[in-house]
Amino acid sequence: MADAPETSTDTVSITVDGKVIAAQPGEMIIAAAERNGVYIPRFCYHPRMRPVGMCRMCLVQVKGPRGFALSPACYVAVAEGQEVVTDSPEVKKAQDGVLEFLLVNHPLDCPVCDKGGECPLQDQTLTFGPGETRFVEEKRHWAKPINLSDLVLLDRERCIQCDRCTRFADEVAGDPLIEFVGRGASIEVNTFPDLPFSSYFSGNTVQICPVGALTATPYRFKARPWDLEQVESTCTSCAVGCRVAVQSSGAKLTRYLGVDADPVNHGWLCDRGRFDFEAVNSDERVTAPLVRKGDELIEASWGEALAAAAKGLADVTKLHGKGSVAVIGGARLPNEDAFAWAKLAKVVLGTDHVDCQLGDGLPAAAVLGLPRATIDDACRAPVVILLGPDLKEELPVLYLRLRAAAVDGKTKIVELTPHSTGLTRYAAASLGYRPGEVALLARALVEGGGGEDADVAGVSAAAIAAARELISAGNAVVVLGRPSLAEYGSSVAEAAGVLARLPGARFLPALRRANVHGALDMGLAPGVLPGRVALADGRDWFGREWGALPAEPGLDTLGILTTAADGRLQALILLGADPANDFPDRQLARRAIAGAGFVVAVDTFLTDSSRHADVVLPAATYAERAGTTTNLEGRVSRLGQKVTPPGVAWPDWMIASELAVRLGGDLGFDSLESIWAEIERLAPSHAGLTTATLSARASRDGVVTPLPAAPTEATADTDDEAAGADATGEAPVNRPALLSFAAPERAGDVPALDSYSLRLVTGHKLYDSATSVRRSPSLAGLVAKGKLRVNPYDLDRLGLTTGGRIRLQAPRATMVLEVVADAGVPRGSASLPFNLPSEPAADLIDGSLAVNDVRIETT
Amino acid sequence: MSRLGPDFLPRAIATIALYPEPRSAMLPILHLVQEQNGFLTEEGMAHVAELLGLSQAEVYGTATFYDMFFTHPVGNYLVSVCTNIACLLNGGYELLEHAEQSLGVKAGGTTPDGQFTVEEVECIGLCGNAPCLTVNWRFFGDVTNEGFDSLVGDLTAGRLAETVPPHGTLCRVRRTVGLEAAAAVESTSVPELESGERS
Repeated sequence: MADAPETSTDTVSITVDGKVIAAQPGEMIIAAAERNGVYIPRFCYHPRMRPVGMCRMCLVQVKGPRGFALSPACYVAVAEGQEVVTDSPEVKKAQDGVLEFLLVNHPLDCPVCDKGGECPLQDQTLTFGPGETRFVEEKRHWAKPINLSDLVLLDRERCIQCDRCTRFADEVAGDPLIEFVGRGASIEVNTFPDLPFSSYFSGNTVQICPVGALTATPYRFKARPWDLEQVESTCTSCAVGCRVAVQSSGAKLTRYLGVDADPVNHGWLCDRGRFDFEAVNSDERVTAPLVRKGDELIEASWGEALAAAAKGLADVTKLHGKGSVAVIGGARLPNEDAFAWAKLAKVVLGTDHVDCQLGDGLPAAAVLGLPRATIDDACRAPVVILLGPDLKEELPVLYLRLRAAAVDGKTKIVELTPHSTGLTRYAAASLGYRPGEVALLARALVEGGGGEDADVAGVSAAAIAAARELISAGNAVVVLGRPSLAEYGSSVAEAAGVLARLPGARFLPALRRANVHGALDMGLAPGVLPGRVALADGRDWFGREWGALPAEPGLDTLGILTTAADGRLQALILLGADPANDFPDRQLARRAIAGAGFVVAVDTFLTDSSRHADVVLPAATYAERAGTTTNLEGRVSRLGQKVTPPGVAWPDWMIASELAVRLGGDLGFDSLESIWAEIERLAPSHAGLTTATLSARASRDGVVTPLPAAPTEATADTDDEAAGADATGEAPVNRPALLSFAAPERAGDVPALDSYSLRLVTGHKLYDSATSVRRSPSLAGLVAKGKLRVNPYDLDRLGLTTGGRIRLQAPRATMVLEVVADAGVPRGSASLPFNLPSEPAADLIDGSLAVNDVRIETT
Repeated sequence: MSRLGPDFLPRAIATIALYPEPRSAMLPILHLVQEQNGFLTEEGMAHVAELLGLSQAEVYGTATFYDMFFTHPVGNYLVSVCTNIACLLNGGYELLEHAEQSLGVKAGGTTPDGQFTVEEVECIGLCGNAPCLTVNWRFFGDVTNEGFDSLVGDLTAGRLAETVPPHGTLCRVRRTVGLEAAAAVESTSVPELESGERS
C-alpha cells in the first residue's frame, strides 16, 4: 500500500481485495467487509448471534506467516494490517465446493418451497455456486415436515445444519428446546421426544432459517415472496415497539418479519407480535357503525351513528354537566388519534375523566414525570432494578434484551417481585415481597438503617442487604410497571418515589398496552395535557389555542367505573377498551357499563364491553392506517399502512373530528400531518419533532422524545425554523415545564394476613383472552389453562398436594382449579394468571381493596 | 425405575461435584442411567437434564451422538462384533454372520426374549486377538464360531454373571467416579466402591 492510512486507536485497518478499509477492533472479517461493500456469502453467520464457523460458506483467503490460507470470515477477527482476498480462484473453488457439498442432501424442491424466491441458499447458489454437481446418489430422506411446535414446522430434508435456529433458541431466547440430534451422517434438528419447541420466540427461527427447512403454520403455502407487498412499520402488540416489515398479498396481511432496529428489537419479534396479524384479517371485525335499537345493535350509516352518538353525549352533558362524560381507553390508538381524542374529550366534551389505562398501569405522573431511560441505557446500566410485571409474558422483546445484557455480564438485575418471573433465573438478586408491601421493601432497600435483622415485606434482612450492595454502584435503571394487578398501583408508585432517590436513578416504564405511553404523552389521562404537562401547568399555554379546559383533574379508570356503577356518571366512551375483560375488577367494570346511561364504543371487534354499547363505531386498526406510535422509551416511530380497513371502518382521528363537528366543536384537523403539526407546536415533550424529522432516513428506528436539546434553551439565540415558528407567536405565555413526579404520601399499612388465607398475585400471560390472541386462530390454541401457584411450604401447611384440584375462595367468587407447588411464589402468596379464558384471576379481584386475599381447600 | 434411584443418584451427585461446570458430568451420568435402566429412557434423560440444569433437548442431543448410548431398549447382553480391518482379515464378518444366524437376529436387532442384541462395531482395540467382540463392554478375543456358541450358552446359563455385569456398565467410568468423588467431596453419602471390578 502506497499511502498507509491513519491508524487511530478506534479502528483497525485491513486490506480486503486490495482495498484498505477501517474495521472495528474485535469484529469479524465478514462484518467489516460487508460494511465496506464486500459481501461474503454465508449461511450460519448471523450478526446478532455468536459465530460458529459451521457452514464454511464464508471461506476467504487470509494472509498468515505461511502465505494465504482459507479461513472462515465469520470466525476470524480483524487485525491490524490483515490482508484478505475474497475473489480469487482459490476462494471461488472453495465456495463451489462448499455449495456442492451443502446441496448433496438438499432436495431442491424450490418450486413447492415457501422459501423459494427469498432463499439465501437459492440466491447464493446462483451467485457463488458451481452450477453442476457430481453427486448422483440417492439423497437423504426424512418424513416431510414434522411439528416442532404448534407454530413451527421442520422439513429436515431441506436443513443444511447451519445451527442458526438452535443457536437462537439457546443464546437469544434462552429456551434450548431444539438441538442437533444424531450428530453424524443422520444429523437432524429436533426436540426432545414429545417436548415441543414451545418458545415465545419460536417464529424468529423461521425468519432466520437460510433455507426452507423451518416454516410457520400461519404463512405456510399462503403466498410466494414475489407476490408480497411490504411496508415497514412498528409492532403494537405491546409497548416495546419492535420494528416490523408488514407484508400482504392481495388485500390480506400474510406475514410480519422482524426488522433489525438496533436500539429496540435487534430483529427479533415475539410470536404474539409476529402472528397476531390474523386478528386484523378476522372475519369478525366490526365493519359498519352499529346503533342500538331496543336490545339489538343494528347496522347504520356513519351519519346516523355519529348523530346518535353526538345526541346521546350532548343530552347527557346538557342534563348532568360536563363532568358526566368519561373516556376510557386509547392505548390502541396511534399518537395522532390519541391527540385528537384528548382534544375532543378535554375541549369539546370538556371532561377530564379520561384514562387510557385500565387500572392495570400506574399513575400518569409516575410514567411521565420520572427521569426516563432507554432500553439501551438499561442494558448498559450497572444495575437494573425490576419493579414490574413478568417481562417475558408482557413485554417479551424487552425480556430478550435484558436477558442478553444479564447473560453477557453487561448489567446486573435486581428484581422486586411478588412471584418468580422469566428473568428470575438471570437476576443477581430476586426479592420476593408480600403483595401490597413493595413500598416498605423499597424503603428498606434504599434507606437501610434501623431494623437490620428484621424481615421486611417477607424478605429477609440478609437478602435486602445483598441487594443493597448490588445497587450501591448508583446509576440504576428502574424498569417500572405493575408487578401484580391484585394490589394497588399506588404502592408501586410510592416505591418508585423511593427508588427515585437513588443517585442517578432513571426509569424505563413497563406498561404493556400497545401505545399506552403515546396515549399518556398525548394527554389521555386525568390531570394531564398533551406533551407530558400537568393540567394546571398547561392551562394557559393550551387555553390560548384550545379555549376553556376542565377546571379540576378528573377521575382515573377506577374512579370512572366506580362512579358510573353508582349511577353518578352518565356517559362512557370506550376507546378500544374492553374493561369488562381487562379491568382488574371485572365485576365493577360490568356494573359500570350497565350503570352508565349512554355508552359509545369505538372498536374493531364486538367485545364483552362494546356489545353493550348504544353506538359502536368501527375503527381501522394496525396496518390499515398510518400514523406514529410511542414505545415505552418514549420513542416515536412510524406506522405503515398496508391494507385497507374492512367495510367502512375509519381511523380513530376521523371519528373524533366528525364527532366534534356534531357536538358543535371543530378539532381543526384534516390530515395526520395537520394533527402532528399541532402536536409539535403545542406538546412540550414533542417540540422540534417535525414530520420531516420523523420521515428522515436517520429516524428509521424512531426518535426518542423529548429531543435532547430542550427547545427553550436552543431557541434563545439561534434562528432555526423550529425557533422561528415559536418566536413569531406574540403570546406572553411560555411553553409549560414538563411534569415531574411527586412521590405520593406514605400509604397506610396493608391489613395483616390471617393464617388461613393467601394473598393473591396476578399478571398477564402472553397468550390470554386478549382480543388479538382470541381472533388469531394460530395463537388461540396456545392459551394454557390457569393453575394456581403456591409455595410448597403453604401447600404442606394446608395439607394439599401439587397437581391436585382445589377450591379457591374469594369474597367475589369461588373456582375449582389445579394447584402446583412453586418455590418462586413467596410464602403466604398465591399466584394466578389474570386473564385466561378459564379460571381468570380477574373474576376474584375487588378493586376497592389494597390487596386481595383468597383461601384454598380440597375439593 | 426410570429416574436415577437411590443406588445411583448419590453417585450422580458426586460426579457432578467433580467438575467446575455441571454439564461436564453429562457423559458419566448418562452411563449411570444406562446402567440402571439398560438404555437411556426419556425419564432418565429428563432427570439428567434436571440434575445438570440443562434442557432435555440438550441432553438428548448429546445422548444421540455417541454410539455407546442407546435411546431405545437393548437386550440384557449387548454383543458388539468388530469388523474393522484386523478382525475383517481374521474372519470378523464371518463371526458377525454366525452371530446373526445363531441368535436369529440381524445386526442392530434384539432377540425376542430380550436377552441379546447384536451390533457391528468399529475397532474396539483388541486387534491382537482378532476376531473379537465385547459383551456389555467386556472383551472376548480369538472368538471362533464354537467359542461364540459356548459364550452364548454360558451367558444364558448365568455362568458368566461374575465377569459380565448387567447391561450398560462401563467399568472404567464406574471406578473413576467412585474414587475421585470420594476424594473430591468428603461426603458421607458417597457409596462404597465395589471391589473386584475389571477394567
